[in-house]
Amino acid sequence: MMQTGIRPYYPDYSTVPVERQINPYADNGGSVVAIAGKDFVVIGADTRLSSGFSIYTRNQNKLFPLSETTVLGCSGCWCDTLTLTRILKSRMQMYHQEHNKNMSTTAAAQMLSTMLYYKRFFPYYISNILVGLDNEGKGCVYSYDPVGHCEKATYRAGGSAGALLQPLLDNQIGQKNLQKPSQEDLTQEKALSTLKDVFISAAERDIYTGDSVLIKIITKDGTKEETFDLRRD
Amino acid sequence: MSYVLCPEIPEPGFSFENCKRNALLESKGFTTPKAIKTGTTIVGIVYKDGVILGADTRATEDTTVADKNCEKIHFLAPNMYCCGAGTAADTEMTTQMVAAQLELHKLYTNREARVATANQLLKQYLFSYQGYIGAALILGGVDIEGPHLHMIYPHGSSVDLPYATMGSGSLAAISVFELGWKPEMGEEEGIQLVRNAIAAGIFNDLGSGSNVDVCIIRKGVVDYRRTYDEANKKGVRQGSYKFPRGATAVLSTKVVDVEEVSVTPVEAERMDVAAF
Amino acid sequence: MSILAYNGGAMVAMKGENCVAIAADRRFGIQAQTVATNFEKVFEMGPHLFVGLPGLATDTQTVMEKLRFRKNLYELKENRRISPKVFAAMISNMLYEKRFGPFFVEPVVAGLAPDTFEPYICNMDLIGCLNEPSDFVVGGTASAQLYGMCESLWEPNLAPDDLFETISQALINAFDRDAISGWGATVYIVEKDKVTIRNLKTRMD
Repeated sequence: MMQTGIRPYYPDYSTVPVERQINPYADNGGSVVAIAGKDFVVIGADTRLSSGFSIYTRNQNKLFPLSETTVLGCSGCWCDTLTLTRILKSRMQMYHQEHNKNMSTTAAAQMLSTMLYYKRFFPYYISNILVGLDNEGKGCVYSYDPVGHCEKATYRAGGSAGALLQPLLDNQIGQKNLQKPSQEDLTQEKALSTLKDVFISAAERDIYTGDSVLIKIITKDGTKEETFDLRRD
Repeated sequence: MSYVLCPEIPEPGFSFENCKRNALLESKGFTTPKAIKTGTTIVGIVYKDGVILGADTRATEDTTVADKNCEKIHFLAPNMYCCGAGTAADTEMTTQMVAAQLELHKLYTNREARVATANQLLKQYLFSYQGYIGAALILGGVDIEGPHLHMIYPHGSSVDLPYATMGSGSLAAISVFELGWKPEMGEEEGIQLVRNAIAAGIFNDLGSGSNVDVCIIRKGVVDYRRTYDEANKKGVRQGSYKFPRGATAVLSTKVVDVEEVSVTPVEAERMDVAAF
Repeated sequence: MSILAYNGGAMVAMKGENCVAIAADRRFGIQAQTVATNFEKVFEMGPHLFVGLPGLATDTQTVMEKLRFRKNLYELKENRRISPKVFAAMISNMLYEKRFGPFFVEPVVAGLAPDTFEPYICNMDLIGCLNEPSDFVVGGTASAQLYGMCESLWEPNLAPDDLFETISQALINAFDRDAISGWGATVYIVEKDKVTIRNLKTRMD
């Protein structure tokens, strides 16, 4: 005879769905530093791609030229970086074909912000720094959070060693907390030497920063590239 | 226990008096901070005349380097050294304590302590704490029985091996040993192999870095080569960051003069160990 | 949030030419709320010996009392000044005793040896793992920022006045990028014949 009343509990036929979760993000490390001057802008990124305690490659370019005067530096989740930059590249091309001119740095900066916010609830896990020359030929730096907050600055450090490097840039480039701040304009040499020095410091203390730095110097005459070796441990 | 003349004479062993408070804080959502880990590559091999131990010198706190040149090859006895990986404080304190016990043991028995004794002391101590003392050790030494190499896990198990690696860089290092180790190796060849194993850890494991320390233990002689190889040199800065004096704004200054006190240094007397 | 970041605070110590420096911020807060801006985290343990205890403020003060007691007892018993190295070993052992229920402080010791006036600095994690480097040590919630600053600014053989500028700039710029430390700073420069204590003018926000 069938039993009525209490329903027996069979775990295999449980009515509650089993929840499983995966982590869609990876932290692949890396640091980006950008410094802008009156008629130039420099951006550098280390070339180490890593995960956990292992190195994937010692030679990964993390700087993506978007146009002749605009470069984007990315660090964080590498798969997101690849996707974002692929879409960005095609949108830059579409803009060029529709308007028959290259997108300005300021427009690219705004577009990046919009694209990041478009994925507000499943963000690209990237720390972005976009640099370029504006319409007057002045260097500018834009930094972003993963969901598209955009801030214009003259210098910025981001990525795994961002916290180590930013105060140093405040002091050396921003002339913060000095009784007699230097009134001179920032020269390209000073920007470049500071950039290299901060990366040396970051490589000492941050395990995700190292191997080498790839630097791009953007002026009205075009983009120059430079590399610089860091410690490899 | 409090006394009138001398309050707070600590009882031996660990104190658990903060545990309740800390558990309460944790239950309120404050996470307990992580202690410094050595995140290490440590290795040891047996060669023709003894054992060679090797270690890197990086200590990490999460993803930042806390110590760029720490010592991971610890002294246990004149004929024994011990490499430590895991929680840095645990490896340091455990080896210090066992070193003291071995010294007392030597004085008591009038004999040089054996490596097996040290192995037993370490594993029994670690076993009694069920792995909560996070020390992974490679113990090497030479005694009357010849060279010995033991690998001791935090839970208190140990194995006796001709070549061993531990820590986060252990896989990188063991690959070098599997390729290059052979029985009855010469000393120079052995040191080179150990250096290569540590270097493999330093370059391929992010938890290991800086320099290579090597310790060669032969019968009756120990050759501890601190910074045997500087695997990575710090980059040379382009500019100097010295500030002009007066760069910082000061609110108030107080100068306290320190009187010169004459100091007569007293030579520490050696412990009377006439029986030995 | 970590318990070490409950009250906030930044600390740094550096070696110079025949001198040492130790500096700390003056904020006492409860999470994001600033409660006081005159909170001392560096304590005098002898004419040439200073200890900084960044971390949970209640433990900062408890550990300081315990250390002062043990140091006084040592000095009474031995009838001589405690050396920084011995003092550091004492802290290390005291903290490791509480391995399974630690005090939430990461001590920094700076001083000159009583006999040789040799500069000495060290720091520890909260369970007493000693770290004795030849250049500088940092602690507190702004430690990442301080590492970056010190790694670039520090150079060997700085004279006391230069060491003051270097340590002050390192500390101020570092804690300006940390939301829960700052609000003034105190710098101690320890030399053989004098100790100079300076209060710094900093951002108060």
